[in-house]
Amino acid sequence: MSAPGPLRVVGRSVRRTDALEKVTGRARYLSDLEFPGMAHARLLRSPYPRARLLRVEVARARAHPGVHAVLTAADLTWCEPFYGPALRDRPLLATDVVRYEGDPVVAVAAVDEATAVEALDLVEVDYEELPAVMTLEEALAPGAPLVHAGEPLAGHFSDLSTLRARPGTNVCHQFDYARGRGAGGFAEAALTLEDTYTFPRVQHYSMEPHGAIAAWDAEGGLTVWASTQNPFSVRAELAKMFGLPASRIRIAVPLLGGGFGGKTYAKLEPLAAALARVAGRPVRLQASVEDAFRTVRRCSSRVRVRLGFRRDGGLVAVQCDADFDVGAYADIAPRVIQKGTYTATGPYRVPNVVLHSNAVYTNTTPGGAFRGFGVPQIVWAVESMMDIAAERLGRDPVDLRRQNLLAHGEEFARGDTPVDGKLEESLSRVAEAIRWHQAPAAGRAKGVAVMMKASVAPSVSEAIVRLHADGSASVLVSTVEMGQGARTVMAQIAAEVLAIPLARVTVVPPDTSITPYDQTTSSSRSTTMVGRAVQDAAADVVGQLLKIAAAHLGVPAGALAVDDAAIVGGQRRLGYPELLDLHFGMRGGELIGRGVVAPGRTQAPLGGSTPFWEVAMGGAEISLDEETGAIVVEAYASVADVGRCINPQQCEAQDEGAVMQGLGHTLLEEMVYEGGVLLNANLVGYRVPRAEDVPARFDSVFVENADGAGPFGAKGVGEGGLVPVSPAVGNALARLTGIRLRELPLTPERVWRALRARREAPSAAPTTRGDRPHV
Amino acid sequence: MNVIPIRSSCSIRVTVNGRPVELDVRPEALLLDVLRDRLQLKGAKRSCDMQVCGACTVLLDGAPVSACTFLAVEADGREIVTVEGLGTEERLDPLQEAFIDHAAVQCGFCTAGMLLTAKALLAEDPAPTRQRVVHYLRGNLCRCTGYRKIVEAILACAHER
Repeated sequence: MSAPGPLRVVGRSVRRTDALEKVTGRARYLSDLEFPGMAHARLLRSPYPRARLLRVEVARARAHPGVHAVLTAADLTWCEPFYGPALRDRPLLATDVVRYEGDPVVAVAAVDEATAVEALDLVEVDYEELPAVMTLEEALAPGAPLVHAGEPLAGHFSDLSTLRARPGTNVCHQFDYARGRGAGGFAEAALTLEDTYTFPRVQHYSMEPHGAIAAWDAEGGLTVWASTQNPFSVRAELAKMFGLPASRIRIAVPLLGGGFGGKTYAKLEPLAAALARVAGRPVRLQASVEDAFRTVRRCSSRVRVRLGFRRDGGLVAVQCDADFDVGAYADIAPRVIQKGTYTATGPYRVPNVVLHSNAVYTNTTPGGAFRGFGVPQIVWAVESMMDIAAERLGRDPVDLRRQNLLAHGEEFARGDTPVDGKLEESLSRVAEAIRWHQAPAAGRAKGVAVMMKASVAPSVSEAIVRLHADGSASVLVSTVEMGQGARTVMAQIAAEVLAIPLARVTVVPPDTSITPYDQTTSSSRSTTMVGRAVQDAAADVVGQLLKIAAAHLGVPAGALAVDDAAIVGGQRRLGYPELLDLHFGMRGGELIGRGVVAPGRTQAPLGGSTPFWEVAMGGAEISLDEETGAIVVEAYASVADVGRCINPQQCEAQDEGAVMQGLGHTLLEEMVYEGGVLLNANLVGYRVPRAEDVPARFDSVFVENADGAGPFGAKGVGEGGLVPVSPAVGNALARLTGIRLRELPLTPERVWRALRARREAPSAAPTTRGDRPHV
Repeated sequence: MNVIPIRSSCSIRVTVNGRPVELDVRPEALLLDVLRDRLQLKGAKRSCDMQVCGACTVLLDGAPVSACTFLAVEADGREIVTVEGLGTEERLDPLQEAFIDHAAVQCGFCTAGMLLTAKALLAEDPAPTRQRVVHYLRGNLCRCTGYRKIVEAILACAHER
């Protein structure tokens, strides 16, 4: 498939195709778009975590000058008012009850935002407060108040056709997987460790908050400009809600100011569309950062893990029971919990496995997708315990991991894709980069952690490549550019296969009425799946060119080659414009190539075989201020097995960003609730990493064996780097102080308290030795 | 939001990216809204709304300010530079070139603020240390890059000490 000879564009750190518009301020994001007559919307949100709506009075708001539309749940009789990709459990506006502080109750569209806010001030709502469940413990207690009383409807996500709620409880989905003898495998274990780790509620903080602009046309068609990572999923929701054929809905996606999973699936688009319909004009619903904190977050978790080892250090059994707090509405959390739990055994060979996880509703901001998709929560537990195991077994932590790594080509789970990377190589590279075998300086310690994650499957990506009469090309794909550089990578792949300069390739922005289907820009999948579709579509064009040239020259296509925007055969050289002229008999007409990547369903446990395994390993070197408990990450090494870097500089950029986001939830970030209310829905109270938090030494290393299923042997990157950060830092802290913390973030206060507790009562402190081993 | 303005509007004269501009603005109007909505200069972005993230940074008489929390009337008589005035596509500012070359741009939402903050730093100290750069960026958040490439890009524009 790939052109023979050395690569020209792929594998090079070419400039991003969107860099110029971004440094000049010319780049346009959702919040920069304006349309004639556009109204501006604001939402009235519930101040209570759980309450009955007794009265919603909007007459004065409706009468307020400048108001174009006021919506309550009672007004939404003309559409299907529920949505959600996994469970259609989310009303456009609260119906009868509110389920979290921030649940939208009334929506107003007005001539400007200030007028919309004035109108919301005129709304009167009487609430009857009800007892809320704010934590997993409260939500899972017998007789706990139910966040959702009725049976929700299934959403459109195909691999969740077997949703398993536990009726009469707050559990909206359960995932189970077992192999070998399951828990029976622990009978063979010489060492069994068991412990529980928790992961906080954290916020994506895409710098650009969510937004949508909706407009209906005279023929009843709907256009939504949306800051979404998956326009086709949004289209499916809107088609269902408004009873429209997919072809009458257009979702157009400008540049995104960050996504990180927070912009997957419908968020504000349904409300914007409903408001626009009633207002009879375009409506813009732009969230603030505070709103974003009340739109989606990472699913927090409580993960109980049992690891069983043979005397020689081989893992013999793994058990994992995970409860994920998915907040007030399921969003995509049912998939998050199964994806995260599925790889609880990490990149290790484990014969006996039993996994169970629950998606648990609470009266908090809905939990959804966030970089890593359930995996960081599990890996925090398992990789912390791998270090405890190493200590108990008297083994070096890197060495114990190496012993248990799966081999290249080995089965991870029956029916799923065999391991496509050389895991040992990654481990050696991370040990080398963090200088594992050199003793740390006084007052410092190192820790490592590893992870392996499946991408979404089954999934579909399609691409169209158009070769124009002048020999330039348009690439039509629905990959969303949210900062990751995917659209530059698509241009590189097309330029490589077509043998034309990168500057001659234009990647068309995503628009469901123009660009072909792509399931989602998430799961680190775009380079592999969409990239392959682009490669196939470009190769389709090249095949057509060869056929045209062969017919014209009277030689077999096999005797011809592609070279620098021309087909060459012997002494003859036909440039693309010349070939197209010959083909069409005029200057005009174009060749259209098509690429479809659709691996389909398999017998793999999650319904489809992962297109690649994302493998990432991290090593941290830390110091500690014992007076304050503040951890400083002095050095960090991140290794990702990417198969092949299509654009090495952009791979590095993704990886560095992922690690820093991981340092955020490791050291700083947590959404704090008190009395049912989110206390820190802003960037003062919620501290994200700053430039000064970057480790002084940082290495980003890529393993490139061209063994990926993507174009030119590439596979996905972007999420992995984030995942090992917490356990790597936690393991370093344990090696430095003997203190093992099981709760993130590792704030100075938590560390300081643990240090003090150990000083005051050495046996009571949560040290490594305090774990509950069952030997 | 029961703002009762003392006067319905005030006239201000400012220089924006080298061009004199006269505007009637409401006394409570924020500089960011005036730049984005009145002057169609969309490069400065709105994110945190509370002077933490720096996405709305513009230069006021050469000093970086958060336009999201700065009254437009207070800019009267002063010189404003936004990212649109930093360089042209034909003739980029060295910082813009360096941000491209060092892959310091990902989603781009922080980029304008980062560039203008860096511009102010280099005007103040043409040869900053890495530590100085990192400290100066305290008021500019980036969620994509992990900052390393931004710091590298700025250092690449610093004169040798």
